[in-house]
Amino acid sequence: MADETPKAAQLLAKINYTPQAKQWMDVPVQIRKGMYCYAGNPKSLEYLGFPNARQWNPVEEDWKLPENWQQILHEGFKERLERFRSIKVFMDICVRCGACADKCHFFIGTGDPKNMPVLRAELLRSIYRNDFTTAGKLFGKLAGARPMTLEVLKEWWYYLFQCTECRRCSLFCPYGIDTAEITIFGRELLNLLGLNIDWIATPAANCYRTGNHLGIQPHAFKDMIDFFCDDIETITGLKPEPNFNMKGADILFVTPSGDVFADPGTYTCMGYIMLFHYLKEKYGLKVTWSTYASEGGNFGFFTSHETMKRLNAKMYLEAKRLGVKWILGGECGHMWRVIHQYMDTMNGPADFLQEPVNPITGTKFENAKSTKMVHIAEFLADLIKHGKLDLKPERNDNKILTFHDSCNTSRGMGMFDEPRYVIQNVANHFYEMPANTIREQTFCCGSGSGLNAGENMEQRMAGGLPRANAVKYVHEKFGVNMLACVCAIDRAALPPLMQYWVPEVQVTGLTELVANALVLPEEQERTTDLRGEPLPGMEEADE
Amino acid sequence: MNKFYLSSLLAVLVLALIAWVGAPALPWLFGIVVPYLAVLCFVVGVSRRVMGWSRSAVPFAIPTTGGQQKSFDWIKSNKIDNPSTKFAVVIRMALEILTFRSLFRNTRMRMTPEGRLAYNMEIFLWAGALAFHYAFLTTLIRHMRFFLEPVPWCIQLIENVDSFFRVEISYNPIQFGLPGIYMSGLVLLGAVIFLFLRRVLLSKVRYISLASDYFPLFLIMGIAFTGILMRYFNKVDLIAIKELTMNLVTFKALLSFKVPAGISPLFFIHLLFVSTLLAYFPFSKLMHMGGVFLSPTRNMTANTREVRHVNPWNYPVKVHTYAAYENEFREKMFEAGLPLEIMPEDSTAEEGKE
Ligand code: SF4
Ligand code: SF4
Repeated sequence: MADETPKAAQLLAKINYTPQAKQWMDVPVQIRKGMYCYAGNPKSLEYLGFPNARQWNPVEEDWKLPENWQQILHEGFKERLERFRSIKVFMDICVRCGACADKCHFFIGTGDPKNMPVLRAELLRSIYRNDFTTAGKLFGKLAGARPMTLEVLKEWWYYLFQCTECRRCSLFCPYGIDTAEITIFGRELLNLLGLNIDWIATPAANCYRTGNHLGIQPHAFKDMIDFFCDDIETITGLKPEPNFNMKGADILFVTPSGDVFADPGTYTCMGYIMLFHYLKEKYGLKVTWSTYASEGGNFGFFTSHETMKRLNAKMYLEAKRLGVKWILGGECGHMWRVIHQYMDTMNGPADFLQEPVNPITGTKFENAKSTKMVHIAEFLADLIKHGKLDLKPERNDNKILTFHDSCNTSRGMGMFDEPRYVIQNVANHFYEMPANTIREQTFCCGSGSGLNAGENMEQRMAGGLPRANAVKYVHEKFGVNMLACVCAIDRAALPPLMQYWVPEVQVTGLTELVANALVLPEEQERTTDLRGEPLPGMEEADE
Repeated sequence: MNKFYLSSLLAVLVLALIAWVGAPALPWLFGIVVPYLAVLCFVVGVSRRVMGWSRSAVPFAIPTTGGQQKSFDWIKSNKIDNPSTKFAVVIRMALEILTFRSLFRNTRMRMTPEGRLAYNMEIFLWAGALAFHYAFLTTLIRHMRFFLEPVPWCIQLIENVDSFFRVEISYNPIQFGLPGIYMSGLVLLGAVIFLFLRRVLLSKVRYISLASDYFPLFLIMGIAFTGILMRYFNKVDLIAIKELTMNLVTFKALLSFKVPAGISPLFFIHLLFVSTLLAYFPFSKLMHMGGVFLSPTRNMTANTREVRHVNPWNYPVKVHTYAAYENEFREKMFEAGLPLEIMPEDSTAEEGKE
């Protein structure tokens, strides 16, 4: 963690929820260190064919914009008003009731009034009124209109990259105004001027080229998975042999590459490998990984609709090439928002695939009939419900769990009970966080939508405050020491967040818990969990 | 002092003054021309807005899912907040529009001195908004008696119910001869004052408020206030007013261009306020009345993996194909033992041919 990041107590003390007496348009933007991400690398922008690729620095005066940047934005705005009814309606109907104001984790964590969702949207709305409405043209500032200036552009950039597109605001808005949608649109406009952040642009470029965000090349990807297989052998005495790019497999498995790369996601990845090994040995199910479609996550979603589509296309292309029956998706948040609400529309219809049926239980996944992609939590829940997994939940007895609902699987999908059902079947100690902080009201990890960089640590810790606060509550009340989640960004973002606010709590993926409890055919007696920590009751046996 | 609400208040006062001074001199202008223009403006403006919205495409199905999805029959799904059928969407929308369901969820965040966050139920905004809208609606329906002859029974009924909650004023000189007091008028005025106070007193809401938020509030305050004045304190000539309103709806006013004599200026102020509200409506946030029906996060089915939504402007994009990928990494993939479409020796042979 960067040294300049304020300590937790300092950060808390800084928060002040009372805005200045001035009108917000008169408060100039201040791009503050720790609260923004570095500018996109021009090479990455070029690789993706984005305009205005150049070296630039957000804190410098000159942003090296094209001469006619105002015109580019104006036209981009206009075009999108016709393409997206959501934007057009949301621009017009906000009544500024303020119901959304204190729902945003960035507002709660920073007290910066421009982080109130309504104001984030007003940043764009003010330009909309000026450029496209009669009232705005006639009454100017009185009608909440203002012309586009460099100041305003900087304000857009700063605050649109302080929104994690979590949609919590949209749940509470009486008209369903979704500031996430406005952020998505605003970032798309910024991309017309080459104003991306590197933590998004470079993963997107990598993903386009190598198939995954981290730029892991095919052989290295395979190496890493093989390496996990060695670890699994140490723990269980069995060495799984996962399939790669296998034609004629039953199911293609796609998950975020983050889990192949960094702890504690790696343990979830080991969990997938063990699960598929189990299903192969017991039921002959053939699941394949792909090095080409080796990324479930989609940083294109944080860039533009077009980039999202370009990156997402690989899943169907690969499924078609390999001739699988349907696709299984791993644990990820925004990946699932894209799959659930965009993929079929963008890259479907997937008529070369079959309507997904679990070959082991015979369950038809009716809800995935058209997209033909099933969530691993749905798949697991179905297997467990039919008693197809041999489980020893007591192996997780030293973990006192709570569950973090990811924003995207919550408010962009509604998957709440499947993961809970799985957890309760593979572990014995589970406690919910307070009702206003879970399920559809869940709080973001503070690092979603491509904001999990290193240089904006203060922003991330502030944004994650409401989540951490709720974890702290169950930690103190029930002794919770493990935070479960179904998202790769969570697994990258929550550990530092916990370290910062509730250091006693660790983070785990769902499938890691399952694999801990799962009894593989002919495995040796396990003494440790996937992390190499002694299993409950095995503390003696260890060493 | 905030120039946004001052300017709005001023605008409303100026409107009142204009009607007060102008109406006696030019009754036909304020009694006939302005109301007609206002209604025209309202109808044309609102239709254009709504048509403008409907012309824009709905490329993706993006409902906000506020409850458990439909997956297995052994998991209970939330049919309203995560609607998977058209019928469920209708229920969701109806609850949204009739009961302000999302607003009912409202919470208030608070940080305790120890740095613990708490979220408490906050129903005042919901209650205020609901009271405001329903009082407005009732008042509006009640006013239909001015445009219909004979007055239909249903409007009579609403009036009776409305004044059934009679506010008893025991101070005799006032009560004497007073018509039944309509709850709706008082609730409307009370609610609009509440909404205004909320805007100026809560620092966050004040910070986000624009002149265009205060103006309609003052205007509606003015409408309710003049209405109540006319009914209870400064009795106006109802017969003359009804004659005018009937002439307006039957378009007789267009022919005769005459406003019956004896209508008090107070009525013209009321009428100018209403006309302004109508004319202003399509250009303002008041359009939320129409927009709420078209909000894609609420009016779409959430069965997005079950039924494919079609994007009318979906266009092909450049993708990195498997072939290009294999071309770039073939050697490495081969060495790692990954299956290939074209073996390295064949690919070099092919390249040689080119
Ligand atoms: S809740 Fe909706 S209408 Fe109210 S201020 Fe927020 S975005 Fe606007
Ligand atoms: S989408 Fe989430 S991060 Fe963005 S404004 Fe709304 S609540 Fe805040």
